[in-house]
Amino acid sequence: MIGVIMKPVIAPEKDQPKSFTFTKANEKTIKDIIARYPKGKQKSAIMPLLDLVQRQMAQTTEKGGGWIPTAAMKEIARILDVPEMKVYEVATFYTMYNLAPVGKYNIQCCTTTPCWLRGSTDIVKACEKKLGIKMGQTTQDMQFTLTEVECMGACVNAPMVQINDDYYEDLTPEVMEQLIESMKGDSLPVKGPQNGRRDSMNIDGPTSLKDEAKKAKVI
Amino acid sequence: MLADKDRIFTNLYGFSSFTLKDAQKRGDWKDTGKIVKKGREWVIDEMKKSGLRGRGGAGFPTGLKWSFMPKDSGKPHYLVINADESEPGTCKDREILRHEPHKLIEGALIAAYAMGANAAYIYVRGEFYNEASNLSKAIAEAYKEGLLGKNAAKSGWDFDLYVHRGAGAYICGEETALLNSLEGEKGQPRNKPPFPAMAGLYSCPTTVNNVETIAVVPTILRRGGEWFAGLGSDEKNTGTKLFCISGHVNNPCTVEEEIGIPMKTLINEHAGGVRGGWDNLLAVIPGGSSCPVLPASICDTVRMDFDSLREVRSGLGTAGLIVMDKSTDIVYAIARLSYFYYHESCGQCTPCREGTGWLWRLMQRMVTGNATIEEIDMLLDITTQIEGHTICAHGDASAWPIQGLIRHFRPEMEKRILEYRKNAPSERMVG
Repeated sequence: MIGVIMKPVIAPEKDQPKSFTFTKANEKTIKDIIARYPKGKQKSAIMPLLDLVQRQMAQTTEKGGGWIPTAAMKEIARILDVPEMKVYEVATFYTMYNLAPVGKYNIQCCTTTPCWLRGSTDIVKACEKKLGIKMGQTTQDMQFTLTEVECMGACVNAPMVQINDDYYEDLTPEVMEQLIESMKGDSLPVKGPQNGRRDSMNIDGPTSLKDEAKKAKVI
Repeated sequence: MLADKDRIFTNLYGFSSFTLKDAQKRGDWKDTGKIVKKGREWVIDEMKKSGLRGRGGAGFPTGLKWSFMPKDSGKPHYLVINADESEPGTCKDREILRHEPHKLIEGALIAAYAMGANAAYIYVRGEFYNEASNLSKAIAEAYKEGLLGKNAAKSGWDFDLYVHRGAGAYICGEETALLNSLEGEKGQPRNKPPFPAMAGLYSCPTTVNNVETIAVVPTILRRGGEWFAGLGSDEKNTGTKLFCISGHVNNPCTVEEEIGIPMKTLINEHAGGVRGGWDNLLAVIPGGSSCPVLPASICDTVRMDFDSLREVRSGLGTAGLIVMDKSTDIVYAIARLSYFYYHESCGQCTPCREGTGWLWRLMQRMVTGNATIEEIDMLLDITTQIEGHTICAHGDASAWPIQGLIRHFRPEMEKRILEYRKNAPSERMVG
């Protein structure tokens, strides 16, 4: 049954970097982000900035993927002139912010009912077997983290996993194992449906828009 | 079945690209400025005539919703578009974001004009990274061609459009939680009143609309409200709708169909039928996870529209059908949804925060049968104590799937309990 990990996992003090600074390029991005919101409403930029931290960490961390150290939350609070607690509240509320180091490839398996009906249990098993870790764990070499997630909004392409930013859909346990194998060699497979179908279209061909399909030489 | 000429989302499967050039070939952005110049009242009237009801689940009439925006509030007005699609079984807005973003952007301009808003935010669920990326590219194109910004599309209306990405919280699909999230807060729903039309984003008049609702607006206004109203089952259930058919069908898919299409036709014609044939059907959740499950006997004849599904005590919701064949452990299927609602409760209201946990724990025992018959009634009782006792509808949504299960599958639950008691040593019994 489902693992109940409801509290955000926050890295212990010893794993926390002492300070965090945004790169020069990101400093410019921050200005663009703040400009999206009305004057004085810069608090709205907390979420995009947390995401920016996670992406910068993914690029700069030697081993593993992106996560958000406490020092970065303080830096965001300073930049946006909001209390540190506000940033901390937001960072701990949303599930996509990793508050502790994660693997370079974060494999997020959807197991909600539509995916479960189409075999997500076997996808989870395939991941655990191939990686030798359980849900919620990270491999020793910091290459993979395995996470159970709730509905990802790709139900007609179930079962699916999200690996970092990309969806891998219409999976079978065999395909899932192949995906992991290629990621071990650091080659990211092509995202999207893995059974050759076009996005959310019926796999046997379109049941509507047939003229459009002909024009596009799909059928 | 809906004729192709009446389909709005002609690029649903990405036969051509999402870019402005291809979107214009499909008819997007044709005379948008002229439509806007017909005036606010004309736009709202035409939307009322079309009978369009919100596509995000609640089905509130769109034209009426827009008319709630104050005329002279003296404050900035906002349109906020809800692209936080996360209701299990639902994956329609995703297709619009990645394949038809220009329909959404054009609709945003017209809708924003109709409600006096010079700015709009599209709140896209964080996991939809690639979808948000397509949308952002499309917005950049629109700015470059003068379709957004000052005098957008030569309409005389200044309009800015921004994308704001979420970060993994189902509750942010609730409109006031979404507004809090957009303001840089935890995504916790607000008490209503005040309603967003009075005090929404940054305490300014705001209307929150679903992606699909906004994306169909330009086509409705070009072809006329009467055209849209002419499709569907009756005057209260009009137009076309994106349906997502997932679960135990041969070929799951998303498809645009006429509102009111019989469920059986929808599944057979578009999704390749139920695995093992129609007679192998056990049940369908017709409109996303919060809509109560329907047994096969009802699925035989029910039509997919707001009122027909309400009559059988379920709902059209987001029109995401979760199909289950006879091999399904129906109790687990619903229990898994209970876990979903437990996981996603924002924790603000006690009946939901504590109640969803109660439901999940009880449902786990219902799955194995390690319960008593009386506990089925207790379970039902708990759902009614959550339902209607919380700030937002998350509590209700956690209650409805279980109520549907007990309504239609109580014998299966009882059978499990009796079997468990027969096989279990007496000391393992509970209650």
